[in-house]
Amino acid sequence: MSTGNDGELDVTAVRADFPIFDGPVNDRDLIYLDSSGTSQKPRQVLEAMDAFYIEANANVHRGAYYLSDQASRRMEKARTKVARFIGAGDADEIVFTKNATEALNLLAQSWGRANLSAGDAVVLSVIEHHANIVPWQMLAAERGIELRFLPLGAGGHLDLTELDRFLDGAKLVSITAMSNVLGTLPPIPRIVEAAHSAGALVAIDACQYVPHLPTRIDDLDVDFMAFSGHKMCGPTGVGVLWARKELLEAMPPFLGGGGMIANVTTEGFTTAPVPHKFEAGTPPIAEIIGLGAAVDYLESLGMDAIRRHEVELTSYFLRTIKERHGDDVTVHGPSEPAERGGVFSFAYKDVHPHDLSQVLDQHGVSVRAGHHCAKPLMQELGVGATARASLYIYNDESDVDRLVEALDDASDLFSF
Amino acid sequence: MAGLEDLYKEIVLDHYRSPRNRGELESPPAKHAEGFNPLCGDEVHVYVQVDDGVVSDVAIAGQGCSISQASASMMSAAIKGKSVDEVDELTTAVKAMMSIHEQSLDDDDDSGVLPDPPDVELGDLEALKGVVQFPVRIKCATLGWNTLSEALST
Repeated sequence: MSTGNDGELDVTAVRADFPIFDGPVNDRDLIYLDSSGTSQKPRQVLEAMDAFYIEANANVHRGAYYLSDQASRRMEKARTKVARFIGAGDADEIVFTKNATEALNLLAQSWGRANLSAGDAVVLSVIEHHANIVPWQMLAAERGIELRFLPLGAGGHLDLTELDRFLDGAKLVSITAMSNVLGTLPPIPRIVEAAHSAGALVAIDACQYVPHLPTRIDDLDVDFMAFSGHKMCGPTGVGVLWARKELLEAMPPFLGGGGMIANVTTEGFTTAPVPHKFEAGTPPIAEIIGLGAAVDYLESLGMDAIRRHEVELTSYFLRTIKERHGDDVTVHGPSEPAERGGVFSFAYKDVHPHDLSQVLDQHGVSVRAGHHCAKPLMQELGVGATARASLYIYNDESDVDRLVEALDDASDLFSF
Repeated sequence: MAGLEDLYKEIVLDHYRSPRNRGELESPPAKHAEGFNPLCGDEVHVYVQVDDGVVSDVAIAGQGCSISQASASMMSAAIKGKSVDEVDELTTAVKAMMSIHEQSLDDDDDSGVLPDPPDVELGDLEALKGVVQFPVRIKCATLGWNTLSEALST
């Protein structure tokens, strides 16, 4: 592992940190192009989790004994690291959840129930992941709130021409910071400025953003942010809801149980201070520690270097696939590498994405096929499903080449 | 390692290329159900006209991958003119073909842990047997059959 903020990413060194690339997978070289689904894990993360279980396993915040104190310290240290990683002023603003989906449900069920009533509007967009649609639909069905969906405009970008009209009467905008299908990067600061002027708060689904771009809360100026650990080199089972402290403090608890209380009597309970108010039950301690190690790892590479690497590779992907396959391939989403992330939903001839994914798998090329939990967007694009390749720190030009070459096989099999 | 030729048999690709009984039937009187594979977005719409206990007509609509659409097409060709009882037996046999293999994938034991499937002539449907070597595609292959069962039970 090498490089710092100013350096170039050394992909060979990065790959050496990921045990899954050590040997063949299913008798083939692994060409892993589904990091938008989940990233691979470096040994630094795996070792941190192992070390916790081997050296310090105990429940957290439970006792004065040494191991419990050790477990609590390691977990809280991870909270501090995650806060630093996104530029949050206070580690207490980091609420650990089981994933980003739970973070968005927490937002809808806690903040939403306390602040939204019949007639209030929540602004979403048609490019959202189901995790940022369904929790609001559940609330809408119960509360009679109105959901408005910002439309898709030209070139894979959101159409914001009528943003002010959408914001009229809105209490919240909840929107993706980077599309998991198109790679679109909506102009969050612009949306935030308009929303705040209209009296609405802004939440972002930053699952695809935080792992790939330098994230500074102050620059984004949002009020809530949800992301998952497993897409940023961390383990599954841990996600984050970040919110400004005064918002968290005013929100009612989400799940009730141990760990989230100050006092309980037969008459009722009082809540613990944030963030513990929202962390009922034994948390995923090892996973939180793993996420802490993951942000250390990403910081050691440098988020600026990671972004530069992905923009370059995006440029290579878009150029190479067009050179080789021309009009046989359609890549959805923005065409300018600097205006998008490295996630490519594409169509190849008339080959169904599921068949495409199957054929590519024979070459060890792992791409996802399906609706990517974004069915409203699929309807907007006029397709039932797409194949999706996504890039990360351990991918290089040879991975793109292998994908592009393997498409020929699909052509041979399905050219009718 | 299973090769693509086990999955994409010529007869399967032929049904994908030229699906049989493609279209819709007026419903009612036809029985109708829509099946979805939430994982990948495959859709199969099944219309069956049942007269005097016999499937007198069938139509298939929807969209999806080659396996889901070919399996539904092959199913439509196989059930047309058969009695509902025969169709039920055929459905059980096809699903048994899929599930027995699914369970034996890990231990290479083909002895069969499920009761013997009905002794039914599968004909062209045997070509779908290769799908079981690709476990993630079994749901694609069974989608049409599950939707047919749902339609017949309405």
